[in-house]
Amino acid sequence: MGFRCKNLGVTYKTQNGELEALEDVSFSVSDHEFVCLVGPSGCGKSTILKLVAGLLDPTTGTIEFDSKPAGDRPRNAMVFQEHGVFPWMNVLDNVAFGLAIRGVPKAERNAIASRFIDRVGLSHFIDSHPHELSVGMRQRVSIARAFVNDPEILLMDEPFGSLDAMTKLVMTEELMGIWSRQRKQVLYVTHDIEEAIMLGDRVLVMTGRPGRIREEIEIPLARPRDLRDRDKSEIVKIKEHVWGILEEEVRAGLRGQHEPS
Amino acid sequence: MSRRKIAEKMIPFIPPIILIATLSFLETITRMEILPSLFFPPPTAVMATLYNMTTEGALLDHLSATVIRLLTGFLLGGIPGMILGMMMGWSTAIRRILDPFVAALHPVPKISSLPIIMIIFGIGFVSRTIVVAVASFFPMLINTMAGVRQIHPIYFDVARNCGASRLQVLRHVVLPGSTPFILAGVRLGLNVSLSISLAVELLLADKGIGTLIWMAWQTMRIEELYATIVTAALVGISIRIFVQLLLNRCVPWATKART
Ligand SMILES: Nc1ncnc2c1ncn2[C@@H]1O[C@H](COP(=O)(O)OP(=O)(O)OP(=O)(O)O)[C@@H](O)[C@H]1O
Ligand SMILES: [Mg+2]
Repeated sequence: MGFRCKNLGVTYKTQNGELEALEDVSFSVSDHEFVCLVGPSGCGKSTILKLVAGLLDPTTGTIEFDSKPAGDRPRNAMVFQEHGVFPWMNVLDNVAFGLAIRGVPKAERNAIASRFIDRVGLSHFIDSHPHELSVGMRQRVSIARAFVNDPEILLMDEPFGSLDAMTKLVMTEELMGIWSRQRKQVLYVTHDIEEAIMLGDRVLVMTGRPGRIREEIEIPLARPRDLRDRDKSEIVKIKEHVWGILEEEVRAGLRGQHEPS
Repeated sequence: MSRRKIAEKMIPFIPPIILIATLSFLETITRMEILPSLFFPPPTAVMATLYNMTTEGALLDHLSATVIRLLTGFLLGGIPGMILGMMMGWSTAIRRILDPFVAALHPVPKISSLPIIMIIFGIGFVSRTIVVAVASFFPMLINTMAGVRQIHPIYFDVARNCGASRLQVLRHVVLPGSTPFILAGVRLGLNVSLSISLAVELLLADKGIGTLIWMAWQTMRIEELYATIVTAALVGISIRIFVQLLLNRCVPWATKART
């Protein structure tokens, strides 16, 4: 089930007046598509995810979901950048939270949650509280929680940002495995350009703040992809191209003057 | 490193050592009449009096009167304080409406409102309990409100993203997230209740630790005076232990994360 974002704009009200975070952002995610979002820090990537999740109302523009009456939103699950793992619940209750909210009986939800905890490699820590976990482990709890919710749309905000390279690779492969089986729609924010290219069907490159979509890049790599082979000439070419755009945007941002493109 | 560990192991023993040292010191200077023992009886004498009052006298009766007053007052004031604090912490609108009233009423000395309360509720048990209730209302309200407000907004987002209703957000986010602060409010509230209970009893009750203090003073039974004050201090320590037990039980995640 895809969705289309149309002319989204977000203006935050802050103590120092209004702050335009997004301006005229339009893009779509079609059925079973994996779309990656890259852009300079502060350009509004997390804001876009919150709009799609319905946690924030756009100042302007609309989001339309396929085969749903207007205003209705299919089930989505967000992996938050700051994890948002509840400190007062152990790993099991954190992961099973969404199921508990939906009234799934305890035995059943614990069985489902345990399966996903296993997949993210935390079965030894099922009874631990978050303060007993490392940052990367908490991130994995939050990933497991999102998957357990069995969403139609998966929103991931730098989900593997705090993991070492090897754990990240293994977890990413796991993610791709799940995705290829279930074929959900994924909107995936990352700072890692290579990662965006390896994972995405498309990569959306954003401008600095106020964020707009500067370029949409189709990634013509066949699936399934070998995530360990990153030196193919196509990949390197796309990577250099995206780097070029981002360098311009970041430099413009640092100069504090962003020229409209 | 190991020296530091040893030092940490010692910490629980330090308060009793200080206590014993102070008591021994007092014992010496009062026995030697450096301080006149008529007004400053030696600690052992106070303890003996305390023992006698417990076994022969009516100390336990008075103690239970004070504890009942303090607990009923605390529950009567603390529970509404907690509920209102939760509403004010959660909803900006409610907070902005009620905060000026809280700010204006909180600093009013509670014991000085006793005459007004007596005009309304008479001079009996009800009035005495209501003063205590009013006094414990504010620490509970303010702590609970602060406790809800310090919950990071991301937890509300997570709950909403998982489809939680407002009631579920209350149960799974607001309540557990603010419990450490609520328990700090319980500790403050119980202590305020204790001091106000004693003050009310000093002023007009016919029973309680405060009454006992006043009677001992009136009849110049100095040792009993000290023994009653020690009893009040013991109630204070029990409050501390009770709240610590609650903390260990209800919020192990918060206490362990901090120590
Ligand atoms: N709740 C808020 N109130 C006010 N301003 C906000 C709020 N959330 C975000 N902003 C502002 O909106 C802009 C975009 O923020 P956002 O978090 O979406 O950026 P981002 O692209 O996710 O950045 P990063 O890559 O560093 O995570 C920033 O300039 C930020 O200061
Ligand atoms: Mg972000």
